[in-house]
Amino acid sequence: MGALLPLFTAIPVFSAILMLIVGKFDKKNFPRIWSILTSLSLLFILAAIWDKGTIIHEMGGWKPPFGVVLVKDNLSQFMLLIVNIVAFLTIIYSYVYMKKFEDYLRFFTLFLFMLAGMNGVVLTGDLFNLFVFLEIASIASYALVGYGVDAEELEASFKYLILGALASVFILFGIGMIYSLTGSVNMADVARFIIKNNLGNNNALLMATGLFIVGFGLKAGLVPFHAWLPDAHSSAPAPISVMLSGVLIKVLGIYAFIRIFYCVIGITPVVSNIFITMGVISMLVGAFMGFGQDDMKRMFAFSSVSQMGYIAVGIGIGTPFAIIGALFHLLNHAGFKSLLFLSSGAIETSTGTRNLSELGGLGKKMPVTSAASVIGSLSIAGVPPFNGFWSKLIIILAAFSAGYVWLGAILVLTAFLTLAYYLRFQKNVIFGEPSSNVKDAKEAPLLMLLPIIVFAIFCLLAGIFNGWIISNIVIPAQSIILDQLGYISSVMGI
Amino acid sequence: MTLYFLNFVLLIIGLYALVVKRHIVKKILGVAIMEYAVNLFLILLGFKKSGIAPILTEDMDLRTFIHTAVDPLPQALVLTSIVIGLGTLALMVAMAIRLYERYGTFDMDEINRLRG
Repeated sequence: MGALLPLFTAIPVFSAILMLIVGKFDKKNFPRIWSILTSLSLLFILAAIWDKGTIIHEMGGWKPPFGVVLVKDNLSQFMLLIVNIVAFLTIIYSYVYMKKFEDYLRFFTLFLFMLAGMNGVVLTGDLFNLFVFLEIASIASYALVGYGVDAEELEASFKYLILGALASVFILFGIGMIYSLTGSVNMADVARFIIKNNLGNNNALLMATGLFIVGFGLKAGLVPFHAWLPDAHSSAPAPISVMLSGVLIKVLGIYAFIRIFYCVIGITPVVSNIFITMGVISMLVGAFMGFGQDDMKRMFAFSSVSQMGYIAVGIGIGTPFAIIGALFHLLNHAGFKSLLFLSSGAIETSTGTRNLSELGGLGKKMPVTSAASVIGSLSIAGVPPFNGFWSKLIIILAAFSAGYVWLGAILVLTAFLTLAYYLRFQKNVIFGEPSSNVKDAKEAPLLMLLPIIVFAIFCLLAGIFNGWIISNIVIPAQSIILDQLGYISSVMGI
Repeated sequence: MTLYFLNFVLLIIGLYALVVKRHIVKKILGVAIMEYAVNLFLILLGFKKSGIAPILTEDMDLRTFIHTAVDPLPQALVLTSIVIGLGTLALMVAMAIRLYERYGTFDMDEINRLRG
C-alpha cells in the first residue's frame, strides 16, 4: 500500500516529461488527452488508499529519522482529495479554454509539474522535502501566471516571483534554524526532540516560528503579505486562477501552516493570536477591497484573501470545533471559488470583457453559466442552504464559544460585507438588460460547462448533506491536527 | 558567532536590495544574495574548523571521525537548494528581459499598469 504514495508525484512528473517528448509530434491533441488521463489515474490511486488509516512509505528503504518518508494520514488524504479533484476538473476545462493561447504542450507540462509539487507538499514527512516540493509547485505557478506574456501578465508574474522567492528564502532559513536546533529535518523526529527537551521557548525555535509565519503567510496570501495575490489571480489564465485560488494558496500556505505548527513545532498562544490577527485583518481588507473592484477576477481575488482570513481565524482559535469549521470552509472555498473563476473565464471568452461595468443581463444569454455563478456567489456569501453558510456558521459559533466575542462580531460583519459585494456582482453581470458587449454572447462549450456544473452541484450538495461530509471527511482530518503525539508515534513507529 | 553575524548581515543586504531598489536587475541580485546567505548559513551549521570530508575509510578510528568530520547533511541540502535557486534565477532573468521588451524600462515604479 505504501508503494502507491510516491506515485502521486512520480506520475505527473514522468507523464509531463513524456508529454514534452511525444508532444513534439502531436502538439494539439496528445497533451490535452494525456493530461486528462494522468489526473484521472491520480484519482484512482487516491480511491485505492482512501480511508486506509495512516500509511508510511520510506523512500529507498531508509528508516524515518535518516531517510525521507512520505506520510498519508487523514489530513493529507483530505488535502489530496481537494487538490486532485480540482486539478482534474480544471484540466477538463482547459481542454477548450486554452485554445486562444495556441500552446497546449507547455501549459499542460507546467500544470502537471505544479500538480506534482502540491501532491508532494501534502504527502511529505520531511521539512526539507517540503521545501523542495513547495519550490516545484511555486516555480511552475510563476511561469503559468505569466503564461499570456502580455505586459500586465508579465508584471503580475514578476511581482509574484519576487515575493515568492522571498518567501522561499525565509522558509529555507527557518528549516535551517530548526536543523541547527534539533539535528534532524524529519518532521516527526523534530517534534519528538522539541517535546522531549521542552524547547517551547527556545530562541532559535521562536526565530524559526517568525520566519515560517512570514514565509507561509506570503504563500497563503494573508494580509499584510497579500500584495501579489490580486495581481497574479486576475492576470493568470482562468484555469490557473482556479488552481492558485482553489488549491495552491491552501496547500502551500494553510496546509503547511497547520502541519508545521500543529504537528511539528507545537502551537503556542502567541502563534494562535498572530493567526487570528492576520485572519481578521485579511477578512476585513479583502472584503473592503472587494467592493471597489471593477474587474471581476480582481474582485474574486480579494474575496479569496477575505475567505482565507476565515480559515486562518478558525485555525488560530484552535478548538476542535473551530478547526472543523476551518477545514470545512477550506473544502467549500475550493468548491465555490473554483466555480466562480471558471465562470469568469467562460464569461470572458464569450463577451471579451470581465469588467462589471461593461457587462449585464448575462442570465438571458448564458443561462447555465449564470445559474452556476449565482449558486457560487450565494455559497460564498453564506446564504443557506449552500455550503458556505454552514462552514461560516461553525467558525462563528466556535469563536463565540471560545470566548472571542468581538471576533465573532467581526466574522458576522464580514459575512454581510461578502454578501453585499457578491450581490453587486450579480446585479451588474447576471440580471438587468443585456449591454452592448453581451448582445451576441453565446453559451460556453460543453466541456467548459461540465466542470462548472460539477462544482455548482457540489456547492449545493455539500450544503444539504453537510453533516455527512463533516463526519466522514472533515472530522478524521481534524483529529490528526490536534493529535501531535499520535503523528509522532505513527511516523516513528514507537 | 562572528561568522553567523556576518552571514545575517549578508541576508539583510539582500533584503535591503530587494525591498528598496527600484531597478529590476538589482532586485534580482537582492534575491540571489539572500539565497547565497541562506546557503552559507546551512553550510556553516555543518562546518568544523580543520574538519575532514565525511567519508569513513577502514583505517579511521570511529571516535575521531565523529569529532573531525563535517556534517554531510547540510551539504546535501545546499546542493539541492542551489539548483532550485538557479531555476528561480533563470526564470527571473527571463521575465526581466520580457518585461523590458514590453515596457522599455527596468524601473519597477514605471511598471505599474496593475493597481496594487
